[in-house]
Amino acid sequence: MNGRQDDLPTIFERSEPGRRAARPPVVEGPSMAALLGDAALRDAPPALPEVSELDLVRHYTNLAHRQTSIDGNVYPLGSCTMKYNPKVHEEVAALFEDLHPEQDPSSVQGLLEALGTLQGWLGSITGMDEVTLQPAAGAHGELTGILMIRAYHEANGEGAQRRHVIVPDAAHGTNPATAGMVGYDVVEVPTAADGEVDLDAMKAALGPDTAAVMLTNPSTVGIFETRILEIADAAHAVGAQLYYDGANLNAIVGKARPGDMGFDVVHMNLHKTLTTPHGGGGPGTGPVGVKAHLAPYLPLPHVTRDADGAWGLTTDAATSIGRMRSYYGNVGNLVRAYAYVRSLGAEGLANVAEMAVLNANYLRVRMREAGFASAFERTCMHEFVARPPEGVSTNDVAKALLDEGMHPMTVYFPMVVKEAMMVEPTETESLQTLDAYADALARILRRAERDPASLAEAPTTTPVRRLDEVAAARRPVLRWRPREDDADVAGAAAD
Amino acid sequence: MRYTPHTAEDVRAALDAIGVDDVQALFADVPADLLDPPLDLPAPADEATLLRHVRDLAARTDARSPSFLGGGVRAHFTPSVTKHLAMQSEFVTAYTPYQAEVAQGVLQTTFEFQTMMSELTGLPVSNASMYDGASAVAEAALLALRATKRRRVVVSRGVHPQAREVLATYLAPLDVTVDVVDLDGDHATPVPADLSDAAAWIVQSPNHLGTVEPFPPHVRAAHEAGALAVAVADPLSLAVLQSPGDAGADVAVGDGQTLGVPPQFGGPHFGYMVVTERLLRQLPGRLVGETRDVDGRRGYVLTLQAREQHIRRGKAKSNICSNHQLAAGMATINLAALGPAGLRDLAEGSVRNAHALADRLRQEGYDVATGNRPFFAEFPVRVPRDPREVRRDLHAAGVRAGVPVPDEYGLGSAILLAATESTSDADVDALVAALARVAPAAEVPA
Repeated sequence: MNGRQDDLPTIFERSEPGRRAARPPVVEGPSMAALLGDAALRDAPPALPEVSELDLVRHYTNLAHRQTSIDGNVYPLGSCTMKYNPKVHEEVAALFEDLHPEQDPSSVQGLLEALGTLQGWLGSITGMDEVTLQPAAGAHGELTGILMIRAYHEANGEGAQRRHVIVPDAAHGTNPATAGMVGYDVVEVPTAADGEVDLDAMKAALGPDTAAVMLTNPSTVGIFETRILEIADAAHAVGAQLYYDGANLNAIVGKARPGDMGFDVVHMNLHKTLTTPHGGGGPGTGPVGVKAHLAPYLPLPHVTRDADGAWGLTTDAATSIGRMRSYYGNVGNLVRAYAYVRSLGAEGLANVAEMAVLNANYLRVRMREAGFASAFERTCMHEFVARPPEGVSTNDVAKALLDEGMHPMTVYFPMVVKEAMMVEPTETESLQTLDAYADALARILRRAERDPASLAEAPTTTPVRRLDEVAAARRPVLRWRPREDDADVAGAAAD
Repeated sequence: MRYTPHTAEDVRAALDAIGVDDVQALFADVPADLLDPPLDLPAPADEATLLRHVRDLAARTDARSPSFLGGGVRAHFTPSVTKHLAMQSEFVTAYTPYQAEVAQGVLQTTFEFQTMMSELTGLPVSNASMYDGASAVAEAALLALRATKRRRVVVSRGVHPQAREVLATYLAPLDVTVDVVDLDGDHATPVPADLSDAAAWIVQSPNHLGTVEPFPPHVRAAHEAGALAVAVADPLSLAVLQSPGDAGADVAVGDGQTLGVPPQFGGPHFGYMVVTERLLRQLPGRLVGETRDVDGRRGYVLTLQAREQHIRRGKAKSNICSNHQLAAGMATINLAALGPAGLRDLAEGSVRNAHALADRLRQEGYDVATGNRPFFAEFPVRVPRDPREVRRDLHAAGVRAGVPVPDEYGLGSAILLAATESTSDADVDALVAALARVAPAAEVPA
């Protein structure tokens, strides 16, 4: 042990019987046994923590201080997209947080107007005819989209015939997982040397048994698929549907539209492009847009407006794929996205893509000067894949960045590039921040040449140092237990 | 331009460094006729204009009238400290904890969440949260299909209708039969006669009509048939009701909104899923595990990721690659703020106020259709007209109440009413007065 921070106790280890931070209203009345019957009651209360309010505040404030965030640090996670979350959004979202989803539509007209309007705006941004706001995350949007494609083929009598979905080998892992959930076989096509999809392999894979092609554009290596119109034509020629994974929409938002490229379905990750917070893992929010021929299959409910101008929620459509989640979507995030689009307008959104692409190319050049090769030496879009020089490990560089006070890029993705470092600065970082990032990377490479062993020691300044992930997976400890039962943890530490 | 920091000089300097003439050159890979389409969007609004606009929208909503709305979502008392701590910017503006050394805040909070959900449900292995309760029910069915290699799911009609709809959506592409078991005359689920070949038997308590379902006989029936017993539970109710784990269930799922997350018209909330040790490797979603760093210090990491789509891709357990951490973290802090006594006060207060409300409505002559089984904090009341019209008119009369009971329950025209610990006598008086105008007891058909 060195002299740095000790273990931070769990909230359970701070617990003292009889302490309470909060006192809800107490309602006197009959016993639970009298109202609910003895048999239904639990024998012992759940062992939740018992702490004072100040204990509680200190604990979760200290935990917050052990957490990196976009508000504190540059966070260039390629494909994950961490940009600034405007503060005004919190005020906007709070205006709607006490609304109950079972309220009569007449009592939520202002909110339904925002949601209905947002549906239209997202359709315009993506070039789609109809949009559903329901999906709870990007991957949930993928599931929604592929279920709609399946319903479309079924309605055309081709459900049994179309058995597979084509996915590039560099695709986000959710794409093949989604296709698998909908019962499709996955056919992978390789990435060509220029970073784009191998068009010949794509054409060879396409056939009357293809249900859909799932692509993102720009691709997961940050390159625009220049032959996208040809890909769309080839897919449509065999009756397949073209699905757009919106994870990379930030590169083209306001500048170009998936709908104009021939895509039939698109999901958007609102946290990646329209600045909704991701909260250390979620919520996401994954609205899905479709061309008119797929509109009959949209999930329900759907925000609509009647002839009198009243907003409502449609819940009946015989052809709908059904419901994807309870109620209407992650409304708290949808109103944040509404505020963002309303703040920026068309020109502001185009500026987002332009500055995101400018920043990515600037950092790509600066990193090349610092000694990191780009995986593909060409203009990138909002992100790019780099690699360290031979003999230096991407993971070591990432951990050394932590000691520089900076968050690493996405590492080891996409899997088609060895030692991949996927960097996405986003439009909200300044050139000065990008210079500092490149300078830190240059220092790390000099250190790697001078004292390679020291890199493997990094990080040394973080609350904890490199953690034993193998032990965590081999003997999973997934909940806290009182000390006397804690032999497993001691065992894991000894491994 | 609102949130981008670039000055004209910055843009020039960056272009020079890159070696192109203008920003448009960076989009040279995009076919020219695709570039810069006109978009049908409003003109940019400055912050003051934006706030005025959204406040105008909010003024055309009712967030303040007394509420008796339930249906799985309820606004319980949440101490101020919960929101203040949960909304710290380090928690709000963090991404997925891919670099564990600088993400201990989120990882430890998640580990504490997993522990609390394990305590509440009486089962050992919780994931880091799901999208919501309805999708968690569907994922529980998928888990059971994987674990048992069977092709049939049996579900009680007492399970929230929207959860059953989501279940149907998720299972539609698969060659799986879904059977629904009707409630009996007392709104309780009979133990089904035939669970043969079932992967899962899914029962909810309190069920959609508010009735408390005893899990043990259902668990026994599932296990005798070789099926998994899936218990759907409002986690707040588990402060007083027997836990799924104590009843022997294999899987507990539900929506966590009642643990301190604002209703916000239905989301974001979070779902939970907690399972037995035996089902650990079938569990979808993220898991946080405890481990040690190179100095022997305790720390937390995302673990068992081989189950997930990043590695398994087409063979992953689920395509879920996120959780609803912000909401789950809020529930974690709230549970710590309340402790076992505070959580019990919320649950008991809700039960007592709901029973007092049912008694009052009976005195007023209403047909409170609870059946002869215990109910928790929500119950059906017959009304003389289409329940949707009654709900609309109650809102117009200044009370948010009247979740329509779907026709499938065979109660005729009925609404659900819910109470919480915060329901006041004045709220109840307002409801009674509004009902007298909108749906007089005398008009309810016998």
